[in-house]
Amino acid sequence: MATQGTRERLELLQGTLDLLILRTLIFGSQHGQGIARAIQQTSDEELLVEHGALYPALQRLEERGRISAKWGTSANNRKARFYSLTSAGRKQLVKETTRWNRLTAAIGRILESEEG
Amino acid sequence: MFQRKRKASDFGAEIEAHLQLEIERLREQGLSYEDARTAARRTFGNVTRAQERFHESSHWLGWDNFWQDLRYAARMLRKSPGFTAIALLTIALGIGATTAIFSVVNATLLHPLPYPQSEQLVSIEDDLPGVGAQDVGISIPEWHDFQRSGIFEYVTPIGGGDVNLTGSSEPTRVRFLNIAPNYFALIGVKPQLGRSFDPEDHTPGFTLEGIISDGLWKRAFAADPHILGKSLRLDNDLYRVIGVMPAGYHDPGRTPEERNIDIWLASGFAAPPAPPPVRNSRFLPETIARIKPGLTIAAAQSRLDALVASLQQEFPDDYPLQSAWRVRLVPLTQTVVGNVRQSLILLLGAVGLVLLIGCVNVANLLLARASARGREMAVRQALGAARTRLIRQLLTESMLLSVLGGIAGLGILFCAKGFLLRILPGSLPRLNEVSIDWPVLLFALAASLVAGAIFGLAPALQAGRLDLIPMLKQEGRGSTGSGEQTRTRRVLIVTEFALSLVLMAAAGLLLRSFWDLLNVRPGFSPQNVMAVRTWLPVPNDPDTDIYRTAALEAPFIREIIRRGRTLSGVEEAAVGDMAAVPLGHGRNDLNPYALTIEGREVDGHQAPLVNGATVTPEYFHLVSMALLRGRLLVETDDDKAPPVAVVNETFARTYWPSEDPVGKRFQLNIVRGSSTNPPWTTVVGVIADARTESLADSTIPQIFLSLYQRRPKDLAIFLRGQLDPAATPVALREQVQLINPELPVFGAHTLDDMLNASLSERRFSMEMVGLFALTALLLAGLGIYGVISYIVSERTHEIGVRLALGAQRKNILRMVLRQGLGLALAGAAVGLVCALIVSHLMAGLLYGVRPTDPLTFVGVALVLIGVALLACYIPARRAIRVDPLVALRYE
Repeated sequence: MATQGTRERLELLQGTLDLLILRTLIFGSQHGQGIARAIQQTSDEELLVEHGALYPALQRLEERGRISAKWGTSANNRKARFYSLTSAGRKQLVKETTRWNRLTAAIGRILESEEG
Repeated sequence: MFQRKRKASDFGAEIEAHLQLEIERLREQGLSYEDARTAARRTFGNVTRAQERFHESSHWLGWDNFWQDLRYAARMLRKSPGFTAIALLTIALGIGATTAIFSVVNATLLHPLPYPQSEQLVSIEDDLPGVGAQDVGISIPEWHDFQRSGIFEYVTPIGGGDVNLTGSSEPTRVRFLNIAPNYFALIGVKPQLGRSFDPEDHTPGFTLEGIISDGLWKRAFAADPHILGKSLRLDNDLYRVIGVMPAGYHDPGRTPEERNIDIWLASGFAAPPAPPPVRNSRFLPETIARIKPGLTIAAAQSRLDALVASLQQEFPDDYPLQSAWRVRLVPLTQTVVGNVRQSLILLLGAVGLVLLIGCVNVANLLLARASARGREMAVRQALGAARTRLIRQLLTESMLLSVLGGIAGLGILFCAKGFLLRILPGSLPRLNEVSIDWPVLLFALAASLVAGAIFGLAPALQAGRLDLIPMLKQEGRGSTGSGEQTRTRRVLIVTEFALSLVLMAAAGLLLRSFWDLLNVRPGFSPQNVMAVRTWLPVPNDPDTDIYRTAALEAPFIREIIRRGRTLSGVEEAAVGDMAAVPLGHGRNDLNPYALTIEGREVDGHQAPLVNGATVTPEYFHLVSMALLRGRLLVETDDDKAPPVAVVNETFARTYWPSEDPVGKRFQLNIVRGSSTNPPWTTVVGVIADARTESLADSTIPQIFLSLYQRRPKDLAIFLRGQLDPAATPVALREQVQLINPELPVFGAHTLDDMLNASLSERRFSMEMVGLFALTALLLAGLGIYGVISYIVSERTHEIGVRLALGAQRKNILRMVLRQGLGLALAGAAVGLVCALIVSHLMAGLLYGVRPTDPLTFVGVALVLIGVALLACYIPARRAIRVDPLVALRYE
């Protein structure tokens, strides 16, 4: 329920977040807090993910069948909802990763050519 | 779709688990519980927002939001009852009026006729464009050709009329329809009692069987269940009743008389009283047909064109090329509605404009309220409400308003239904079918929703474009609208003025047309004149007719006139045929003749058609028709004297433009019926043109023939004097029935009534459009008042400063008025252009004024601008009364 302008901005952000979530889950199922921590640690704390924003993204991915979820118990014996990649999610991850690499490579080339 | 996939509590539990995991992790890093909790919450962000977004991601939420919006909208409407009342009333009246007009349009123009497969029903019209004649009727051989063509399932001629029904307590006049035996098979309706005519009956003359209406059965026979087989005496002939039509059955017809038939009589049209079947005797005035199933009207028309071409080759003498004989198929729905279509479409357009103007006004009100609620919207947006959410909420409010307005409108319509049906002119075709049915209800709903969308869109879009920071910065409760909002409101006002001007111009033109018609000099005097009808029976066997020659009829006519003069209050009396009743005759009452001027004999098919009336000599003085040349008819113009005629000025000018018409001779060939070598008729006098055919048309060639030479059967008795509309016809009936107790006397009307009735449709559309235009003007005035008041209140501070700096009050007044004037002028300019387009479309409804009539256009523009200035003057006066001190302190 966002206006045209805000939706575009959000989608860019969401798209990236979706990609990061899918990438994190490639190592096995994980709960929300785990995913947030993983993203933060893997990016050497460069990316500060607002945890609250994570859940709507998870919800959306689940609705689209990219990930599945079930309640389970965490390492320290807490109930948590665990997410894992579906085969559709796996395909999506490959596609999105390729797209992302092409995008960053292209942008990188432009930026380098400007410096030189 | 409306099922929630995951419970909100589940989502809440997940978030709670997340927070706990995070707290534990942070505590492992050595933080205290409180610090860990604060940090966990900080990294999480807005928990409520996350929950909200989860909420919104479920599809069924649309529904949830809708209910919430609806409840909120209802609360908002309750909170400002003044606004709600005005808006609801505007919409209710708009929707109610539009729906009312639509229900009439629906019944007359959109509904199929109430017969099975009515789309296959057509009327067949013969045209002779070569001699400028339209719908001249068809001949009996042509009818047979059409029957055999394979294009139609059934074809039947229709001839209506009145007939004397005797045998009951008093001779009554009933409407009968003379049709072929296949008529009811063609229409597709069966009698409720007895049987229909046998469509294969080939009796050449009348079958001597009759089918009666439910009305007549109940009225004259007390719904006798044993009516079948009983005999009726119609004129002098006996008919056996074979069936009773169901209640509520109406024939297809233009007028109530044509729709409400009492008796149907079938005939083969091939024996007396029908004339011999000759191709050029176009004796059947009207013909209807049912096209074979599976054939469209267009396909039938092209096959008919081929048939016409082959007939023209086969009978070149009967169908000379110059007359360009053509046969047209017209859907029966169209024939029945006639020329009312244009008026109805005009009315629907006019009432639609009023609704639109009403919508614009409500949009304006909503905008004003939106600016008052601007801060509320800004706060809600700042707190995280999505813009689309706000827009949806505002639209829900407008829709609620419009649907409530629509319901109220329908309520008003239901209550006022009886009254509204009464103000409709009785001559309106298919009036009996007007009802509030499903299509009408759907129309009302659609109109409400469209109206809601129209007036809700502007404020909703405005809300979507709010600039938060200045809104929030503003002090105080209310706020002033943005420049853009004022601009939108100005555009709305200009639109409103333009639409109002279109309506006012249309109303003005109709009013002028009507006024001109009322003030037209009709060329005759309808005051204190009454026409009462009687009918001499026409038996099927001419030898039993006691009035079979003019010499036999004349003494009877003279006796009527003598006795008529003796009635109290009567000063003059005369007799004529129905065609002589000014403005009071129907289509079937006219006697068209093919005219042959002596010395200018042309082929019969190229002969122009003229209408002739038959009168006694007293007629001209009685209705005050002025003699210009020669003499009027006299008593001695009877069957022993050579036939004479008095013609009108237009007739004289048309046929003898540079000669004296008196003494000239012509022949009249009866068009509907056979006439072999009619006698030469001599013109003895010329009278001034009188608008007896139509008030709107002064130049129709007319002939007046001597009644003592023609023996007409459909008689009208004219009386002039101080008449009692109730007692005089009764007294006259007694006198007529003293001469011949078998004769009915009926249909008494004053000429003034007939003149008014002839204007009833025009009066109706003029009054309705006028009413709509006044409403539009009022709404436009209120609209501009609102906007100017708003602008003034917005500029109170500025005006205060100006006054403090020494500005003249009259300059301030001028400044405010100039703003209003600017809007009004812009609206008037746009409106004039639109009005010119509309006025050309309605040219057919005008009389005496051109569609570009400058007086009307300038007049309505001035009225509109005047109203605008008046509406602006009130807020303007408020502006100059501003106390600079108060105004400056205001901000």
